[in-house]
Amino acid sequence: MHFLANPGRFLRLSAAFRPWLAGLAAVAIAAGLYLGLFEAPPDYQQGDTVRIMFVHVPSAWLALSIYTAMTAFALMSLVWRHPVADLLAKACAPVGAAFTLTALATGSLWGKPMWGAWWVWDARLTSVLVLFFLYLGAIALRAAHDDPERGGKAAGILTLVGFVNVPIIKFSVDWWNTLHQPASVLKAGGPAIHASILTPLLVMALGFSLFAAWTVLVRAEAEIFGRRARVLELKRSADRP
Amino acid sequence: MRPKHRRLSLILSALLALGAAVAVSLTALRDNLVFFFGPTEVLAKPPAAEKRFRLGGLVEEGSVQRQGAEIRFRVTDTVNAIPVVYRGILPDLFREKQGVVAEGHLREGVFVAASVLAKHDETYMPREVADALKKAGHWKEGGGS
Repeated sequence: MHFLANPGRFLRLSAAFRPWLAGLAAVAIAAGLYLGLFEAPPDYQQGDTVRIMFVHVPSAWLALSIYTAMTAFALMSLVWRHPVADLLAKACAPVGAAFTLTALATGSLWGKPMWGAWWVWDARLTSVLVLFFLYLGAIALRAAHDDPERGGKAAGILTLVGFVNVPIIKFSVDWWNTLHQPASVLKAGGPAIHASILTPLLVMALGFSLFAAWTVLVRAEAEIFGRRARVLELKRSADRP
Repeated sequence: MRPKHRRLSLILSALLALGAAVAVSLTALRDNLVFFFGPTEVLAKPPAAEKRFRLGGLVEEGSVQRQGAEIRFRVTDTVNAIPVVYRGILPDLFREKQGVVAEGHLREGVFVAASVLAKHDETYMPREVADALKKAGHWKEGGGS
C-alpha cells in the first residue's frame, strides 16, 4: 500500500497498465455485444427483451463494486493519510454514479415491457436510487470545499457511512418482498441462467470492469497532473516581482 | 496507541454502531419495506376495508376468466388463494403459474385490483431448453415469492 503512496510511482505504474486495460476492455465489450446481440438466444419467457440484461446487470454490479472500492480508498485515505487513495476515491465517484444511472435507466426500460411499470418503490429500486444520491453527495461535498484535503475528508466520511447501503442493495431481494427478481448469478446453488445467455453477460461484465478501471486511472492521473499544474502556477505567481 | 490505529478503531467502531442501528431500524420497519403481501399474510391479518395494499403471488392454474374487459383470477402462494377482479391492460408476462403483484383493496373477500404488474423469477434459458425440461418432467414453476 505504501509503495503506491508516491504519486510519481503511481503515475508510472498506471501508465503501464492503462493501455492494456483500454485495449482489453474494447475487445471484451465488442465480443460481448456480438455475443449478446447475435449469438445469445431469446429467453423462453422474455424473448429478445432479455438482451437489456447484458447492459443492465454489469452496470449494476459495477455500481456496487465501484462504491466498495471507493469505500476502501476512503478508509485508506482517512486512516493512513494515503495521498493517492484520496485521488482514487475522488476518481471513482463520477464513474460509479454513471454506472448507477445506467443501471437505473436500463432497468426502467426493461421494467416497462416485462413488469408493466417504469418504476416502482420496492426495496431494490429504492436502495439503488439512494446509492445514486450517495455518489452525487460525495461529489458535491468534495466540490463544496476550497481546501481539497478537507473536501476529501468530508466526502470520505460520507462514503464510509453510505457503505451500509451496499449490503442492503445486495440482499434487499432476499430480505423483503420486491417486484425485482432475486439474484440470478451470485446465488446459492449456482447461476440460474443458461450458459448461452450467461456467457455474453460475463464477457460484458469483464469489459465493463476493465473500462471502469481504465476510466478511474485516467481520472486519477489527470487529478495528479492538475494538482502539479496548480502548484507550478502558484510558484510562478509567487516568483513574479 | 499510534494515531493511525486510533483512527482505524474509531472508524470501525462507528461503522459497527451505525450498522447495528440500521439493522434495528430495518427490522422494525419490515412491514413498510415489503412491496407486497402474500395471500396467507393477508388472510391472517386482513387489512381494513377499502385500505389499499399490494397482493402478490402466483396466478393460480385454471383460474383466469375473461368477461369482456373484466378479468378474474386467483392469486395463490400454493397454500392459500385470494380471488382478484381487474379491468384494464395486463402486462405481457401475465400468465397462469406466473408471479403477479396487484394493487387495490379487498371488498367482500375479493381483491379489486387497480393495477396489475408481472413479477418474473431469476431463471433465464432459451425456449428449446425450457421445452426440453418440460418434456423430461424436470420443470419447476417459479415466479412470485
